[in-house]
Amino acid sequence: MPEQLFFALEVMLNGLMAGVLYALVALGFVLIFKASGIFNYAQGVMALFAALTLVGIMEGQVPFAHLINAIFGTEVHHFGWTVPSVLAIAMTLGVMVLLAILVERLILKHLVNQPDIILFMATIGLAYFLEGFGDIMWGSDIKTLNVGLPQGISETVDEVTYDWFGYGFFLDKLDMVATVIAALLVIGLTLFSQYTKQGRALRAVADDHQAALSVGISLRFIWVLVWSIAGFVALIAGMMWGAKSGVQFSLSLIALKALPVLMLGGFTSIPGAIVGGLIIGVGEKLFEFTIGPMVGGATENWFAYVLALMFLVFRPQGLFGEKIIERV
Amino acid sequence: MKLKMATMVLAGVMAAAPAMAELVFPALSYRTGPYAANGIPFADGYQDYFTLINERDGGIGGEKIKLVECETGYNTEKGVECYEATKGQGALLYQPLSTGITYQLIPKVSADGIPMHSMGYGRTSAKNGKVFKWIFNYPANYWDGASIAVKHILDQEGGDLSGKKIALVYHNSAYGKEPIRTLQELSKKHGYEFVEIAVDHPGQEQKSQWLQIRRDKPDYVLMWGWGVMNQVAIQEAANIRFPMDHFIGIWWSGSENDVMPVGDGADGYKALNMHLPGADFPIYEDLKAHVYDKGMAAGAGDQHGSVLYNRGMYAAMLAVEAAKKAQELSGVAAINAAQMRDGMEALVIDAATMEALGLPNFGPGFEVTCENHGGSGLGIVQQWDAAAGQWNQITDYIESDKEVIEPLVMEDSAAYAAESGIEERCN
Repeated sequence: MPEQLFFALEVMLNGLMAGVLYALVALGFVLIFKASGIFNYAQGVMALFAALTLVGIMEGQVPFAHLINAIFGTEVHHFGWTVPSVLAIAMTLGVMVLLAILVERLILKHLVNQPDIILFMATIGLAYFLEGFGDIMWGSDIKTLNVGLPQGISETVDEVTYDWFGYGFFLDKLDMVATVIAALLVIGLTLFSQYTKQGRALRAVADDHQAALSVGISLRFIWVLVWSIAGFVALIAGMMWGAKSGVQFSLSLIALKALPVLMLGGFTSIPGAIVGGLIIGVGEKLFEFTIGPMVGGATENWFAYVLALMFLVFRPQGLFGEKIIERV
Repeated sequence: MKLKMATMVLAGVMAAAPAMAELVFPALSYRTGPYAANGIPFADGYQDYFTLINERDGGIGGEKIKLVECETGYNTEKGVECYEATKGQGALLYQPLSTGITYQLIPKVSADGIPMHSMGYGRTSAKNGKVFKWIFNYPANYWDGASIAVKHILDQEGGDLSGKKIALVYHNSAYGKEPIRTLQELSKKHGYEFVEIAVDHPGQEQKSQWLQIRRDKPDYVLMWGWGVMNQVAIQEAANIRFPMDHFIGIWWSGSENDVMPVGDGADGYKALNMHLPGADFPIYEDLKAHVYDKGMAAGAGDQHGSVLYNRGMYAAMLAVEAAKKAQELSGVAAINAAQMRDGMEALVIDAATMEALGLPNFGPGFEVTCENHGGSGLGIVQQWDAAAGQWNQITDYIESDKEVIEPLVMEDSAAYAAESGIEERCN
């Protein structure tokens, strides 16, 4: 095969891997939208907040140090210890669960029966609050995330493909790990929703709030549960993206990559988020490879949204989304 | 007796009034948002230098400096709002640290008669003082940077670039596109092949671009990035094992923030700079004695000696020196914006000045004139040592190729003058 074809194949494979990373962000949106009909604008910031918290705990950083120092004239920055990554991840998860409880208690509880747009607005407010809160709590500097994730070219893939085709393929080890984690996440979420009591309750609420309430399912508990799971997904996404670029405030912008995935895959489908991510990832990379050079490049963001828009025109609910039928 | 006392007090107050006036320097900073990590060290350095002048020297010519900080979040609209909100407070000079904000403010400051200094950023052709009366971009601009990078590569390649391939990875914005024309002209002159590779904002995903680089195998890669784009690009370069000493960033892609997250993979990466890195300068002793030890350091006080902190300090230093020159020219201490502009246009920085300021060899010598608002166009190349965690200067100050750049500056500024109906001055 000509080298150009191999390169196209390499671009496609890397597109698939990038798509998995987009899907990781999109999953958080889907979980909350599915269970409560809320489009959670704060999902990107939750990924940022989770990653900031993880690094802060691992490095033994004193939360709110700048504020404490300013008020009390102290000079505290670090506790002087480091926390192993596994324990730090567990502790961060605890923080995200606490955040879910606070969101339910302080925001959602007061907005029951309000129109969706009000809930959406509330999540915009939450996003800005959380961004500022994360800044005060952990500082704005770029943090290096070192949880032992491998990075760089996979030599095995490079060597094997070179032996087979005479062309060494580039695959990033981090992207490969992300793919495995995303697959495990989807399997885990599917098993959870199919085979656990809480999972079935979650599905019941997603299907019909009123009916679920009538059989004694606590809506408030479900909200805490689903925001906690979304927090967990945000932590995974924050770790993956944070390992690529360092943990910094631009992480909140990764939500921009999830939107076309959601438009394409549907807001209510977990498989939709994955498939949508893969299509967007491959589509934007191949478009950049083939058409990009003719139009000056940097087409990826643009193409992702155009592709999603095209799907939206023909299938407004997305590939896997549920068709909304409202009876009068 | 009471009347006499009251008259004396009033006279005293009136006599003291001019001395109580303040020199207002707005700081359009960004300590929040996606670019905060870069905005904070610059803002801290800018603020700390002014604090030093107030604390050590009692201000400039006896006039205290008042810094008015306004948060832009690196957002152009907010930057313009900040300008509108602060210009009425007697603002003497704007330094917005954003090419986008600079472009928006060029017509505004020109109409309002307030000078603006875009140090190493903004509109490159603002170097032509004949057209841009109120805008200054000394000591160097983007086109100088492009030329300095190519000169360094020439030096590496024994003076011959024919048959070589140089790629530019750039932020797909007005800022990122600035060096393209210069690099095209330089490719004609030196015979290298020039490849442009655009990266979408904000630059978190660059796989396509670096796969292209892996395939095309350019001999050198230049980068015009800012914020997360820099860290991702350096990480991707390390991933594809691109030789780091053949990867050169502009001075906005050469701070500690850009290389630290990549760890050992960033070792050997090069970047341009318009001043020296590090804290090994006598001024830091003064800063410690008069600012840090008094608990007056800006921000968290943890940025001292970093590249962007030094740059903020340098920007403030140039502002202070221009204000001193303005006081000297006008004969008044409480200068206004027009007098500040005159001071900037007469600014002379030489080795003796830098030495006296506690910054020996920190920045290049240059002379601002009516025609030349861009300074000498000198820059160094620095290289990242990952093990030591520091930037090392690896070249002397390199002069840009004026033969190529000057005609471009004239062409672009003439076009601006024509579309804005500006008559050339300095004749």
